[in-house]
Amino acid sequence: MASVTVNNITKHYGKKKELTQALRGVSFTVEQGELFGIIGPDGAGKTSLFRILTTLLLPDAGAASVDGLDVVKDFKAIRQRVGYMPGRFSLYQDLTIEENLEFFATIFNTSVSENYDLIKDIYSQIEPFKKRRAGKLSGGMKQKLALCCALIHKPSVLFLDEPTTGVDAVSRKEFWEMLRNLKKQGISILVSTPYMDEASMCDRVALIQNGSILSVDSPEGVIASFKQPLVAVKDRNMLPLLNHLQAFEGTQDVYPFGEYHHVVLKDGYSAAEVSTYLQHQHAQAEVQPVRADIEDCFIALMKSA
Amino acid sequence: MKQFISFVKKEFYHIARDKRTLFILLGMPIMQILIFGFALTNEVKNARVAIFDQSKDLATQALRSELDASRYFDITQDVHTYSEIEAAFKKGTIKLAVVFPENFANDLDHFNTAQVQLIADASDPNVANTLTNYATAIVLDYQDRITNNRRLPYTIKTEMRMLYNPQLKGAYSFVPGVMAMVLMLVCTLMTAITIVREKESGTMEIMLVSPMRPFKIVVAKAVPYLLLSVVNITSILLLSVFVLDVPINGSLLLLIFESILFTLTCLAFGLLISTRTDSQQTAMFIALTGMFLPTIMLSGFMFPIENMPLPLRILSNIVPAKWFYYIVKEVMIKGLGISAVWKETLILTGMLLFLLLLSIRNFKIRLA
Repeated sequence: MASVTVNNITKHYGKKKELTQALRGVSFTVEQGELFGIIGPDGAGKTSLFRILTTLLLPDAGAASVDGLDVVKDFKAIRQRVGYMPGRFSLYQDLTIEENLEFFATIFNTSVSENYDLIKDIYSQIEPFKKRRAGKLSGGMKQKLALCCALIHKPSVLFLDEPTTGVDAVSRKEFWEMLRNLKKQGISILVSTPYMDEASMCDRVALIQNGSILSVDSPEGVIASFKQPLVAVKDRNMLPLLNHLQAFEGTQDVYPFGEYHHVVLKDGYSAAEVSTYLQHQHAQAEVQPVRADIEDCFIALMKSA
Repeated sequence: MKQFISFVKKEFYHIARDKRTLFILLGMPIMQILIFGFALTNEVKNARVAIFDQSKDLATQALRSELDASRYFDITQDVHTYSEIEAAFKKGTIKLAVVFPENFANDLDHFNTAQVQLIADASDPNVANTLTNYATAIVLDYQDRITNNRRLPYTIKTEMRMLYNPQLKGAYSFVPGVMAMVLMLVCTLMTAITIVREKESGTMEIMLVSPMRPFKIVVAKAVPYLLLSVVNITSILLLSVFVLDVPINGSLLLLIFESILFTLTCLAFGLLISTRTDSQQTAMFIALTGMFLPTIMLSGFMFPIENMPLPLRILSNIVPAKWFYYIVKEVMIKGLGISAVWKETLILTGMLLFLLLLSIRNFKIRLA
């Protein structure tokens, strides 16, 4: 059975003059026990989507269900069984770790001891500081506490809105490992993130941009859909290089990518032709064919949409 | 129920850990009672007086010592010309000047009439009025005594009795006023702010996505402030009885019941504000202008409602503090029972139900 189904949801904010279209006909399904990533830049509509699924907002049109329950009609039942971690740290800063956890456990009609197994791995990392107030914790520790609080009632579906934003690289990695462990307990997890590199940690991802879904597939599937040849080019002087690459007849698209420029080539072209083209102005240039990653796919999908 | 208790407990943590706010909440009523009781008073005591005595006889000496003996006046200087009086007023060293013309006693004895001039600094009209009244009373008193020896053909004597507050103490009117103000401030302002704070910090977002019913959240937030208000009511009453000597003439139970009724009305108003606002600043602004100002201006505590133009008199009826102020005066000062204030009690109850209903209807179960 599908854990979450979203069918043609639209949502807008504001009145006629300053209308902001947040979601334009979004549809996808999340299977039971799946770790599903919603990946897109800021302002793509991720938070709006999460708020609709957690019954905090009403969609303008379309339908969605969580655990088979309608997000509009059955909002009370949904609120009993989902876990939600908003994008901003939203626990009580003046309560200690322990007090926050106990409070949320009671609010959800359970107790810390009842579901301790579920959070044990995560909670044990912050337990030494359990008398410390939540406002005084580091970003990574806040994240772990928030996750514990969202998990304490053993939700059937967990909604995590940008849980890794503002968290250091090591903590981010740890966080994703925690999610993979939770998945084993049979909890369906929806995570949104603006970081493309986190896509590979998900079972499936939905790429979202400007309120529309560009693609829903497994990370491998998304990458496999990238058919164009791709090369990475580097030289001492990057700006003129970008201009020259743009002028190349075989270039379909070129964009800065970390310390390289990524060049998407038209069919029939390859790295050798790029090297030949660059011989005169950029004799030192390093040109190598690369495998596309999610970000390349995202850019390609964005441009074709 | 366990949810509810846990929520109330959490609310107490919030209050107890914000030491500064807690101090203000509990200290404010004490401060206000003491300030109103000892510093801000419209009673006039020990006003500085100058005497210009051009007669210097038995009668003027007698009047002079009568004035000096009264607790309202303090004779601080003797002057010898009118220009000296003017100079003293300009410097602000006196509030009142008493001028006896030449031959004061002589005129009194032989023509049966004499004049005394009172000059007051009317830049503060209330004080000037009060001072001349006091001085006139002292002069009349003296006249009474000397005429007792001779019989006048016709005399009408006024006999005054100040009921409920024989000493005309200001405390009798401001204790009920301060009670209304403090309860309003604690309940309306604090509840409005505390709920809006949960919206601002995003915790309301999590609370909404929980099995906790929104109405329970709101009630749980109000409970600690109700208890805090009971503490404040107690401290105000203790202070007024033991420090300001304002007695509780009526039933203490009734007084506390009415105070709690008013507290609940204020809480309901705070809830209503919180359902309609999204930032603590807006909530505070609305609570202050919507509740605090009318409480001061239109409750009859500072300015008598009877003297206001009709539109304001009508408007004052929707201010809960007006009714509470009236009830407290009747019960605490006059010592009347429920039979005297049932109408006002009913009006407050009606306001409470109306505000509560409105805030429940307005409570958002979603974010927008």
